[in-house]
Amino acid sequence: MNGLRGMAWLLVFQSIGEVLSRGLSLPLPGPVLGMMLMLAGLRFEVVRTPVAECAGFLLTHLSLLFVPVGVGVMTHLALLGQYGGRMLVIIALSTWIGLAVTALVLYWPDRKREA
Amino acid sequence: MPRFVELWIYLSATPLFGLTATLVVYLLANAAYTRVGGAPWANPVLWSVVVLASGLLLTHVDYQTYFAGAQFIHFLLGPAVVALAWPLWQRRAELRARFGRLVLASLLGGAAAGGSAVALGWAMGLPHDVVLSLAPKSVTAPVAMGIAEKIGGIPALSAVFAVLTGMIGALSGKYLFDALRISTDPQGYAARGFGLGTAAHGIGAARALHVDADAGAYAGLALGMQVVLAALLMPLVFKLF
Repeated sequence: MNGLRGMAWLLVFQSIGEVLSRGLSLPLPGPVLGMMLMLAGLRFEVVRTPVAECAGFLLTHLSLLFVPVGVGVMTHLALLGQYGGRMLVIIALSTWIGLAVTALVLYWPDRKREA
Repeated sequence: MPRFVELWIYLSATPLFGLTATLVVYLLANAAYTRVGGAPWANPVLWSVVVLASGLLLTHVDYQTYFAGAQFIHFLLGPAVVALAWPLWQRRAELRARFGRLVLASLLGGAAAGGSAVALGWAMGLPHDVVLSLAPKSVTAPVAMGIAEKIGGIPALSAVFAVLTGMIGALSGKYLFDALRISTDPQGYAARGFGLGTAAHGIGAARALHVDADAGAYAGLALGMQVVLAALLMPLVFKLF
């Protein structure tokens, strides 16, 4: 029952986020606003216990949720045929640059302090 | 066998088909992934996409028909973004203590990933709207689509770029971090996880979670921060140019 209640809370917060985002034409998408509101909502036990259960379930299966969008690659085959090689190189290089910069900004200062 | 053909036409046109195929293929891919000891190349998202997309192309079922069923899974991305508040809340003490540095890492990492993609795309002569679609690729797919729409990219293409980015990050992150000599103690795992969540969003985070609990928690944290920062700043940055 808690899992279902958690899902209801997530949807309620997402809906509030969507209403605020569209109603006030804010730059943040509805689910993002919903997440920020949820951060405040988790203070309350009634919200926290069910959301913890449902969020744990959703987030452990997060990669499944990307499959439908990923399959959409088949609708862009022409574009991929023309630029696919270059796109792949760009995506790989920029992902590595992003991974390296993020991890090192977090990692280096701690290591230097210890050495 | 006209009866079989009739049945296939019925089945492939009902939403039941897209939903069932997605779930079954993903579970099989996940079982294979576990079977080979969670090797990065066996990434379940990658193989699910390959199997489903080639299956649809071979059987001449179009993407819209498939998506009529798969949208029920796709829909859960919204609540999943809201659910990211949970890992953030769990780590709120660390978040407060290291707030400055985490924001800095998230900002610089996100800017480096998006900026280098746009610069490379422009340098390699990709069409303008494709280059713009590359910018939000390190943000989780549903948010990337929203950002692409705001800055003049192609939302569907951004979503595909985001999924590709996540898969590349999940596949190669381990080797890159090893080469950079980032340790595999809690401190190193925090940096590895945070890097994956920032540059390879949910798919990277799923990989981090699979490897180490600390790495997974930091990846969730990074994913949440990246979503907020990118959604706020990216449309502003592109308005300036």
